[in-house]
This record gives sequence, C-alpha cells and structure tokens, in this order.
Amino acid sequence: MSSPAGGPPLAALQDLGPRLFDWGWVSNNLTDEIIPALQGHIFLSFVSVTIALLISLPTGILVSRYRKAYPPVTFVTGLLFSIPSLAAFALLVSLPGIGLGWQPVVIALVAYSLLVLIRNVVAGIDSVPEETKDAARGMGLTPRQILFKVELPLALPVIVAGVRIATVTIIGIATIGAYVGGGGLGDLIFTGISRNFPTRVIVGAVLATLLAIIADLLLLAVERYLRPWARERRA
Amino acid sequence: MGELFAVFGRDDFLSQLLVHVELSVVALLIGVAIAMPIALATFRSPFWAAVAINTGNIGRAVPSLAILALVFPLLGFGFTPSLVALTLLAIPPILINASTGLSQVNPQVIDAARGMGLSKGQILRGIQLPIAAPVIFAGIRTSAVQVVASATLATFVGGGGLGDLIVLGLQRNDPAVLVGGSLTIAVLAIITELTFGLLERTFTPKGLLVARKRRGK
Repeated sequence: MSSPAGGPPLAALQDLGPRLFDWGWVSNNLTDEIIPALQGHIFLSFVSVTIALLISLPTGILVSRYRKAYPPVTFVTGLLFSIPSLAAFALLVSLPGIGLGWQPVVIALVAYSLLVLIRNVVAGIDSVPEETKDAARGMGLTPRQILFKVELPLALPVIVAGVRIATVTIIGIATIGAYVGGGGLGDLIFTGISRNFPTRVIVGAVLATLLAIIADLLLLAVERYLRPWARERRA
Repeated sequence: MGELFAVFGRDDFLSQLLVHVELSVVALLIGVAIAMPIALATFRSPFWAAVAINTGNIGRAVPSLAILALVFPLLGFGFTPSLVALTLLAIPPILINASTGLSQVNPQVIDAARGMGLSKGQILRGIQLPIAAPVIFAGIRTSAVQVVASATLATFVGGGGLGDLIVLGLQRNDPAVLVGGSLTIAVLAIITELTFGLLERTFTPKGLLVARKRRGK
C-alpha cells in the first residue's frame, strides 16, 4: 500500500508535465529512424505520383478526344477521391491478396491522384488555341505530331499544376498510410501517439508539413519555368 | 453479408456516427464563422487578400494527420482537441475561395453599381457576395468533404467517431466491422459532396448561369 505521496521524486517530476520536445531524442535517432522515415515517405509519394501520371496521361488524352467519356471518368475518379483515406486503406487491406504493407497505400494514393491529374491533362489540352492547331495542320503535321509537338508541350504547365496539387495531397495522405504498414513519416506520428511521446509526433508532423510545402514550392517553380510567355508578359 | 449488416446494429455504431457528424458539422460551422469575416475584412486590399490566400495555401499543405497529431501534445486527448484540429482544417479552403471569389468580381460591374448610387454595404450584399457565391460554396464544399474525411482520424487522438470502428476492425482482425465502418464513412463523404454540390448550384445566381450558357461553358 503506497499513498499518493509515496513515490515523491518521480511523481513530482511528472507533475511538471511531459516535456514537449526532446532534442536529445532527435539527435540520437536522426540517422537510424528519422531520415529513413523521411526517405520512405518521399519514395512512397514519388512512386504513387509517377504511376498515377502514367495512367492519367493516356486517359486524359483519350478523354479529350472522346468527349462523351469525360463526365463518367470525372464522376468515377471524383467518387474515389471523396472516400476518406483511412477507410480506403482499411477496405484495401481487407481485400484478399493485398493485406498490410505498402501495397494498399500505393493503390489508394494512385486512386486519389487520378481526378486532379486527368482533369488537368484535359484542361491543358483544351487550353491550346484552335488557331495554333490550325497553323500546325497547315504546316502539314499529322495528328500524332500535333499531339506530341504542339498540344502536349503547350499543355505542360497545366499538367504540372495538377501534379503539384496531387503531390501535396499525396504527401499528406501518405502519413495515414503508416497505420496499415506503409511506413514513412506517419510511423513517427503513430508510435509517438501510442507511446505518449510528443517529440516523435512533432518530428513526424513537422517534417511531413515541410515536405509538402517544399514540394509545392518546387513544382510551382517548375510550372512558372514552363510558362515562358507568362514570364515575358509580366516583365 | 449478414455479418456486415450486424455492424449497423451494434450499440456503438449509432453513437459513433453521431459523434462523427457532430465533430464535422461543428468544425465546419466554426470554420465558416472564422474564415468568412477574415475574407470580408481583407478582400478590398490586394496586399491583405494575398496574405490571406497565401496563408490559406500553406494551411492546405499541412497534412490533416499532422494537424490532429500536433494538437494532441498541446491539448491532449478527447473530443475538444479533435474539434479544434478539425476546425483548423476547415478554415483554409473557405478562406482561399472566399478571398479569391470576392476579389475577382469584375471592377467594371462594381463601378457601374457605384455610379447607380449604391452604398458599399449594398454593393457587397447585392453584387459582390452573389457573384462570388458559387466560388465561396465550392470552398465550403471542399472544406466539408475534407472535414468529414479527417474526422475519421479523430480516433487516434481519442475524439471518437466512425474511425473507432475501423481501428477496432483492424485490431481485432474483424473484416465485418472494418468494412462496415469504412463503407459508412465513404457513403457519408459522398453524401456530403453531393449535398454541397447541390447547395452550390442553388446559390448560383440565375444571371450567372445565363451568362455562363451564353459563353458556351
């Protein structure tokens, strides 16, 4: 039987409140935990955006030609986009042949990117002026040449704008993927919560936020670089 | 299939659903109550409007799990910390859309209104707000869908909601609970998306629809 005053030193220390941030932990775990989590996160996001782009480019090009397919495609991808991520991960995990790991995470992240990417591919191609295409046709370019040499290069800034939105979204959602074994920065957040160790949570959350903001700014720079005509107009 | 329906009969199902809806609705309402006055106060000055929009953009880049997780060391576990986090998540989309929508109203239209002798308040209520309404409602819709989805994550900081069922299903390896919980959340999010889409169309002034049709969009 010990009274509440029984273990004074420890209890008194705990009454001071948990330390919010432990720099010692950060320097001790930088190379074996924090950096691998960051790398895993970047890899997971990069792979997902790349796969999504490989699906969205051809789909977007096809849909911009066969206009009737556009509303159903946006409807389906819009539905996919509105499924909350934790629910999507959980549903994928329960499917036979998938289970825990990075697979359900990548599948869900790809599905989430499709709406924005396809929409921007189509909007990019639509933004090419009819006169420009007429001029290309007049120069004797085949439809295939027009697509690759005129339409896609001119659509590129809009497509990159879509990649930018998709990347930022995916970096955020990937943190939740750690709950079903996807790894990455979410691991730090979840273990921090379950061990009641705020430092882990703060490191994971702040790095994920910084990663999203840096990716956003980098892709914005790419987008501006690809729009030389807009730069000239401003100058 | 029968097992799946048993999930909806669970004692905790209805209460988790109610907590989920309560978290989302209250967070969205507070979010609107914070974002709209800021947008209204800043949109007339290009500088402050840009500050509001850029702050909103940075806010949108912050992962939802990060916001919930960062609130936990400061405010602890439970309903209120989750509500605070969800409110923070609700603000940026509304702020961005309200600011851009209000500041992009054609200046010539406003000049014309001024010429007709309308006061600032009349121009705001009669012209700027109605013209910006579709954009503002699109922001509220984005925000609502995001809040409903992120309320699922409240389970990790003890806020309750339907996320509890997903976590329970994963921990006990009970596919029925997992699938039942996930499907309910997905349906809730889709209902939110469709309802707010309808609201958006309802609040689009008829004149704008006519103009849009004329431009062939």
